[in-house]
Amino acid sequence: MSQPVEIFTPQQFHRQAQDALGNPQVRANFRKAMDGLMVKRRDAFAEWQLEELRQLGANIRLRALSRLPDLLEQLEERCEANGIRVHWAEDGEQACRIVTDICQQHGARSVIKGKSMVSEEMHLNAHLDKAGIEALESDLGEYLVQLNEQTPSHIIMPAIHLNTDQISDIMHERTGTERTRDVDTMTAAARAQLRERFMAADVGVSGVNFAVAETGTLCLVENEGNGRMTTTVPPVHVAVTGIEKVVEHLADVPPLYALLTRSATGQHVTTYFNMISSPRRDGEHDGPREVHLVLVDNGRSRIYQDDELLDTLRCIRCGACMNHCPVYTRVGGHTYGTTYPGPIGSILMPHLLGLEATQDLPTASSLCGACGEVCPVKIPIPDLLVRLRREAVGEGEGNVPGAGVKRSTREVAAWKSWQWLATHPSAWRGTTGIIGKLRGLAPEHLGPWTEYRSAPKPAAVSLHTLIKRRRQEDQS
Amino acid sequence: MSARDNILQRLRERSSAPQPAPLSDFSVVTGRQWTAEERVAHFERWISSVHGEIIHCRKDNWREALVGILSDKGVQRLALGRTNDVAREAREWLGENSVELVDVDRDIGDWQREMFERVDAGLTSTLGAIAETGSLWLWPTPDEPRLLSLVPPLHIAVLDADRIEDTLFDVMSRHGWAEGMPTNALLISGPSKTADIEQTLAYGVHGPRELVILLRH
Ligand code: SF4
Repeated sequence: MSQPVEIFTPQQFHRQAQDALGNPQVRANFRKAMDGLMVKRRDAFAEWQLEELRQLGANIRLRALSRLPDLLEQLEERCEANGIRVHWAEDGEQACRIVTDICQQHGARSVIKGKSMVSEEMHLNAHLDKAGIEALESDLGEYLVQLNEQTPSHIIMPAIHLNTDQISDIMHERTGTERTRDVDTMTAAARAQLRERFMAADVGVSGVNFAVAETGTLCLVENEGNGRMTTTVPPVHVAVTGIEKVVEHLADVPPLYALLTRSATGQHVTTYFNMISSPRRDGEHDGPREVHLVLVDNGRSRIYQDDELLDTLRCIRCGACMNHCPVYTRVGGHTYGTTYPGPIGSILMPHLLGLEATQDLPTASSLCGACGEVCPVKIPIPDLLVRLRREAVGEGEGNVPGAGVKRSTREVAAWKSWQWLATHPSAWRGTTGIIGKLRGLAPEHLGPWTEYRSAPKPAAVSLHTLIKRRRQEDQS
Repeated sequence: MSARDNILQRLRERSSAPQPAPLSDFSVVTGRQWTAEERVAHFERWISSVHGEIIHCRKDNWREALVGILSDKGVQRLALGRTNDVAREAREWLGENSVELVDVDRDIGDWQREMFERVDAGLTSTLGAIAETGSLWLWPTPDEPRLLSLVPPLHIAVLDADRIEDTLFDVMSRHGWAEGMPTNALLISGPSKTADIEQTLAYGVHGPRELVILLRH
């Protein structure tokens, strides 16, 4: 294999970051892609009143969230009236069982999948595999990543960590495609391989970009047409979505769609905008005879309890925060070891997995603010990162599981003593005096801090004393 | 309790204060006030930028233009509807032509492989288009099923210039989409494409490699 298969976990963030930083190939692949995406996004909004549009996007999402339970009920009712069967899942496990059951009811052996991050979150492929059902990704990037036995490294561009040569190797080794650097040839090969699979698939599984409560419509945004194939060719279509993806009105969709495509890849529009409102009706000649919608909670209703963290549910999964993040750009998506990487992942995953496992993620930010500035729905990502850092060390009240996991009694004691000293002048003077005298004993190494910096050395004479002396000299 | 009831209950019993529901000002996605010429120009600019090919023609000579495309692109088997105006007129005109016409108003299960492997092009009508993004608006019907605009390597779409509107928001609201959505509503902007291999654009990854629009004035 061109690349050894590696398992990434959020617990190993630091080691994985070290590895990624030491891998010039990964760094070059990400750097090149992200630089281009930043420019494209900027250009795509050049003719727009961007601030007004972002405000509208944020307001639409806030309005939907403010009515979330009602809208979910309305969505269910409208979908059912249209002939779409609606299922609810409390967690990924339950959602997987629902999908597997539907497959088994139809005696399905093979499933074709459109791109869906929720299905990644649920580990649906592994689950189906255990049930003896083969699930094949049909988005080209996802297909390549799946062939390489990896997970996506970006939520929009799953195979962005691979370059043309690596992809050529993967396709050659896994599918027998002749080695080539010609992208059209590789794409044509994948087209041929996947067309057979679309025809053979018993069930198509897709995600959902927006679910419209008013009309019971599932909106899918894509360029390749694999989403349309997946939701049209197999006799059964199962859409899986997080419960937060619902919007109130059909009219809410155009602004969100405008923000999504431009923020994600700098496109003014995607090739396809696919709106599905029911299974094949009498007299129609194609389209699935059954459509199912699985509404997945998986921790989202817990996030919903907290006014501040609720902002994360506004996310429309455009990936712009990743593209603009100086940390993500350097370490790449796998480093995070989670379904959602980058800034949004660093605030979303602690909710979903708990802080024990994800305590390093909120620190994977320079807090430069770029993520918050580009987010099309104005999620205050930097503020939330800071809040999670606080909760990780046991400050503030939060509902994120594992709060306080990073609390260190030594650190707390050190800051407490500092606080006491700094508010007691004579003790302060005495202590700084002694430290100044013993400065020769100050350690040269202070753990990771001194890896790239020289250790601070206490001054022989304190600033306080220096100023005092200066004043005396001036007066004399 | 069912998962449904548990989830809804958790959402309803939120301990914090109710969330605000801010007003939405949609003016930024509507009110372009373009003239008919501007609309066509915008449409052409954007759909060309995503590799869509436009052929201008008149309502009375569009079939000659169609024949021209078919011979330019070497189309031998053309799939098309039967009852809509575009398909009817095309059928009349193509009757004596060397192109083989493939009927699509039959259950796809019976001829899926033929559709996937042997059809060179699909001809569809359109309901309109969006100037701001260069998008075609299609609602597939029994006469023109969904796969007609998706599976063949060439998609030829016929569009009347006076059916181009400014924005998606305008199209949805003026035509009352919310009052009755079809099984499947589609916007199509260009041929199928991917940039998943090192950000290099490639066309026709799953759907058509080419999209040709006969724009009738
Ligand atoms: S947090 Fe904002 S920028 Fe990041 S993916 Fe979500 S919507 Fe896009």
